[in-house]
Amino acid sequence: MIEAKGLTKRYGDTLAVNDLSFQVRSGTVTGFLGPNGAGKSTTMRMILGLDRPTKGVATVNGKRYHELRHALSTVGALLEAKWVHPNRSARAHLTWLARANGISKSRVDEVLDIVGLTSVANKRAGGYSLGMSQRLGIAGALLGDPEVLLFDEPVNGLDPEGILWMRKFMHRLADEGRTVFVSSHLLSEMSLTANELIVIGKGELVAQSSTADFVARATEQAVRVRSPQLSLLKDALTSDGVTVRDEDDGVVVSGMDSETIGELAAKHSIVLHELSPQLGSLEQAFMNLTGDTVEYHAH
Amino acid sequence: MTLLAVERIKLLTTRSPWWCAAVTLAIVIGFAALITGTMETDAQVSVGSSQFGYGFGLAVIMVLAALSITTEYRFGTIKTTFLAVPNRPAVLLAKAAVVALLALVIGELAAFGALGVSVLLAPSADLALNSGADWQQVAGIGGIYALTAVMGVAVGALVRHSAGAISLLLIYAMVAEPLVQIVPRIGDDIYKWLPFNVAEKFLSGDGAARGASQAGPPLSTSTLSPWLALAYFAGIAVALLTAAILVARRRDA
Repeated sequence: MIEAKGLTKRYGDTLAVNDLSFQVRSGTVTGFLGPNGAGKSTTMRMILGLDRPTKGVATVNGKRYHELRHALSTVGALLEAKWVHPNRSARAHLTWLARANGISKSRVDEVLDIVGLTSVANKRAGGYSLGMSQRLGIAGALLGDPEVLLFDEPVNGLDPEGILWMRKFMHRLADEGRTVFVSSHLLSEMSLTANELIVIGKGELVAQSSTADFVARATEQAVRVRSPQLSLLKDALTSDGVTVRDEDDGVVVSGMDSETIGELAAKHSIVLHELSPQLGSLEQAFMNLTGDTVEYHAH
Repeated sequence: MTLLAVERIKLLTTRSPWWCAAVTLAIVIGFAALITGTMETDAQVSVGSSQFGYGFGLAVIMVLAALSITTEYRFGTIKTTFLAVPNRPAVLLAKAAVVALLALVIGELAAFGALGVSVLLAPSADLALNSGADWQQVAGIGGIYALTAVMGVAVGALVRHSAGAISLLLIYAMVAEPLVQIVPRIGDDIYKWLPFNVAEKFLSGDGAARGASQAGPPLSTSTLSPWLALAYFAGIAVALLTAAILVARRRDA
């Protein structure tokens, strides 16, 4: 389990992460979602003891990262696939990692096999493609057979085959009872990968819920209605949480589903010419939720 | 012990240490061959003159040591390292120890290689190591290289950029420190206490290893005894490494 309590990171005047608290449970894939620059990587680096929080504390299984003995046997992380010396071979890279954490040499061959790099294990890592580097990073994360795994934007730059492999792989890890915490700026990707979501924007918590709930809530539809008795309809639609907005020759109603609107119209004997739910994309919905928290806007 | 093994694996599975080692040996031994070979008579050749290339080898050792840590920052492997071993002081101590050990080995091979090539080229010269000063002049080079390597790791960890750390080290040792002497009035007094001048004192002392010809680089102006000079030089290396460790502990990786 990963726990963050009041995690805060300030760089000069910029508040990268602001009073962030959340829990990541085991046995499930938890997505860490937010636009670019929301503070996802900074948060992960603080969990992993690479960056020092300005305030607050992050723990893994109740301990701070630097208190873990043989850290790699508790936490495996892939933050950046290119964090390998280009002149070192995959095997040499994993060998020193294993040696540092009291992991046997045979485990190096095992993880190379799991990620499918056995045939190129003795080649220099500088010559690897992004997909291969990513696999080497995963091999490093798996080396200590850890209960907790962190992946920062693991599908970035991967081809479709690689993305699919990665997705299945994370599910397998979670099914084995591990804690899997994976960040992404793509809700569509997360909706396929994660069971739980922690959503942040501008370093602050926006939502923490199951992915299904979040998607349902985020994509809550608007309904387009046309009617010759528009003013009557507008009066009938005045209730809590419902907003009506004029558009072209009709209105767009949000906060009420099409069934309810139809029944309401029938009750008031209002003629409807159109009653059509507007399907929003996940991206659009995500933008709506985090839109005002995006740090760098394009104008 | 584990961490020493880890740092050894990391150091020797990249190419730059091998290159630096080869270049150091080539320069130090090559210089000995050049100097000894061009002396007019064998009588001018001494233990001291055979070690003429020491300073150039020292520069390469600085490069080797600084690169051992700055490349970790450049390629991001320092993060991988701190993930694998969150105890940063232990990591830096182990790295300094391993790089120092390598520098020691390179220094001894270079120094005795230089002496050996001089013996071959000037068979009748008095190149036997028959005094403490002779031994210090030759075997001492490994020790100075090792301590210099510690300084290189420390400066590399503080600066974190290869070019920056290497320029700082080389410009200081090769240019800035000797130039302090030309500062009017106080220059000489300051220079007496500058580290590489003091290190030279440990190696060549009062020039006893240079025989009658006194051939060799300028003698040190340090007023310390040779062994105190070594302790002083070591103290500076330890101080730099301590500073690097304290900074690395606080800083974001």
